[in-house]
Amino acid sequence: MARVELNQITKGFQNQTVVKGVNLVIPDGSFTVLVGPSGCGKSTTLRMIAGLESVTSGEIQIGDQVVNQLPPGKRDVAMVFQNYALYPTMNVYDNIAYGLRNRGTSKKDCKILVEEIAEIVGLTPYLKRKPSQLSGGQRQRVALARAMVKKPKVFLMDEPLSNLDAKLRNQMRVELTSLHKQLGSTFIYVTHDQVEAMTMGDQIVVMSEGNIMQVAAPMDLYQEPENLFVAQFIGSPAMNIIPSENDSQTLWGFRPEKALIMSDAVTTVSTNEMITLRGSIVSREILGADSLYYVETGKGRVVVKMDTDQTVELQTSVQVCVPYSHIYEFDRDSGNRVQRREGKPAPTLAGGMV
Amino acid sequence: MRKAVAAPQISGISNPTKQQVRAGVTQAWMERLRPYLYVAPALTFFFLFFLFPIAYVIYLSFFDWTLLNLEEMDWVGFENYSALLAESDFHQVLWNSLVYTVSTVVLGILLSFLLALWLNKKAKVYGVIQAAVFSPHIISLVSVAMLWMWLMDPQYGLLNALLEMVGLPGYTWLAETKSAMISLILVSIWKGVGYNTLVFIAGMQSIPRDIYEAADLDQSPWWRTLTRITIPMLSPTLFFLLVINTVSSFQVFDTIYVMTQGGPINSTNMLVFYIYEQGMDFYNGGAASAASVILLGLVGILTFLHFRVMGKRVHYQ
Ligand SMILES: Nc1ncnc2c1ncn2[C@@H]1O[C@H](COP(=O)(O)OP(=O)(O)O)[C@@H](O)[C@H]1O
Ligand SMILES: [Mg+2]
Repeated sequence: MARVELNQITKGFQNQTVVKGVNLVIPDGSFTVLVGPSGCGKSTTLRMIAGLESVTSGEIQIGDQVVNQLPPGKRDVAMVFQNYALYPTMNVYDNIAYGLRNRGTSKKDCKILVEEIAEIVGLTPYLKRKPSQLSGGQRQRVALARAMVKKPKVFLMDEPLSNLDAKLRNQMRVELTSLHKQLGSTFIYVTHDQVEAMTMGDQIVVMSEGNIMQVAAPMDLYQEPENLFVAQFIGSPAMNIIPSENDSQTLWGFRPEKALIMSDAVTTVSTNEMITLRGSIVSREILGADSLYYVETGKGRVVVKMDTDQTVELQTSVQVCVPYSHIYEFDRDSGNRVQRREGKPAPTLAGGMV
Repeated sequence: MRKAVAAPQISGISNPTKQQVRAGVTQAWMERLRPYLYVAPALTFFFLFFLFPIAYVIYLSFFDWTLLNLEEMDWVGFENYSALLAESDFHQVLWNSLVYTVSTVVLGILLSFLLALWLNKKAKVYGVIQAAVFSPHIISLVSVAMLWMWLMDPQYGLLNALLEMVGLPGYTWLAETKSAMISLILVSIWKGVGYNTLVFIAGMQSIPRDIYEAADLDQSPWWRTLTRITIPMLSPTLFFLLVINTVSSFQVFDTIYVMTQGGPINSTNMLVFYIYEQGMDFYNGGAASAASVILLGLVGILTFLHFRVMGKRVHYQ
């Protein structure tokens, strides 16, 4: 068990910098998820923590120790690889026991430990099999068992569920979270899937192009995005972005699930509490309980998420209403969040009441 | 067992006419014949140039005949074989072939493996060295043999000059019974090591890198990574090289022909050269065919053994 700290970490490959001065504290016992689009440097960051990649500059601390110079085996971390990286020529038992044997654990203790772990992850009947004779889910468990058996301070996982089918992935997601609770060790988990991040992490690190965009708990990330990138990356479908009403320097954003579609005929909408966009519905996607409506408005195309029961016909002229309390304002140039709107924007704010 | 069931007669649908039935039958036949027609050209080629010569040489080995007079062929049964097996020269030939093959294969593969371990790296230098090591493979074996004869010349050869430079006595190389065999083995290894190394490197590069990373995280010491991961993962490559090297070593001819002519005193005479000698120098077709069949049998047995003994341990992905 240990906290992990990254101080001004950078990583360059040839002439390209892929991690650009990352500062991050991963608290002891947390389930920290690194999330971001593919190629943003998540794996590279994780591999630097593991020691599989050297750092170009900066300092990595695991526990109280600076580990920059330590080889991977000496950092007391275990990693679950995306493609599992099992030893193909060894059977399941040897795969799990290999790390223990290398540490000099006796054969007898090895047997006890491996069998205990195999029981936990449900591999006991398969100990004699080669990885090629296992299903994807079983291989995943072997990879997990191989990491767990070493009782490391930190678990590193690089998109460990991405090779599983959807059903198994959901199941493993739950199992991993409960495993984390059970072990109490620090988990650092890399994924490009925001749903995975939101459901599993207690601390989420959003990355983009080698930079950290925001570090927060899942709900905070959804409710209080600090910048355009996070606002659009977290949440599905992505936040709508429109030009703001009277300030060309800022952009407004609102989530598809916070907007309402109203008939064009309704005129009772109070413009003091809501913004209203007039337009017509160009297409509709039914997701099941919810439907997505694509509305072409004077400020661009926006998406509105509504209950499927409330059907609205295509091509209908409608107005999209969003309460000011659900509008996020961002600086157009920096992309940073300006403030949370609590009422109508300043120029026409008359009463002074907030 | 299928029960005979009378076809149900459905009114309105007439039974197929005889003509239709016949057309159906020919069509079914064509369907069955079609795959054979597709492979016929290849099969013809195979029978004509592979199976037939093998069968024919087996047939010839039961006759006493000479290349000088193909009219007279006397059936002698296994006499050619018994004569060969009784001859001490032939024993020596078999022994030489065995020594040569085992040494070339074992040393050659070992050396190639070590080279591959060393050269399997990213930097440009290694690519250059790899190309250099590979180059003998593309030179004709006769040229290689000539080249090494010069190098090994006791008077003005480069090898002895080098030995003298470091104060060692010159070596007889091809001129003495013991050293001639060693020289041939040396040349064969030199010629083959590039190809073997290349195949090994290709094999090594197909091992996923993350397996080594997992091993690093598992604190695997280098020698255990080598014996528990690299070598087992290379077993198909190793097996392949073992088989083709054994077969080609058993068939060595060019270097013997150019460098030693089987001498001195039969010390480097091996199966294929012996067959050539019997047939082309002594015109003894019977002995040559019988020796060919023995060669075929030996290589066959060895290959079979490889598959039986080694094949089981090979790990295929
Ligand atoms: N070994 C490498 N050599 C050169 N470039 C690399 C190497 N590994 C990763 N990169 C580059 O670094 C960037 C980040 O990669 P990575 O950390 O794997 O992204 P992610 O895991 O977020 O998808 C990518 O542009 C990738 O091409
Ligand atoms: Mg990645």
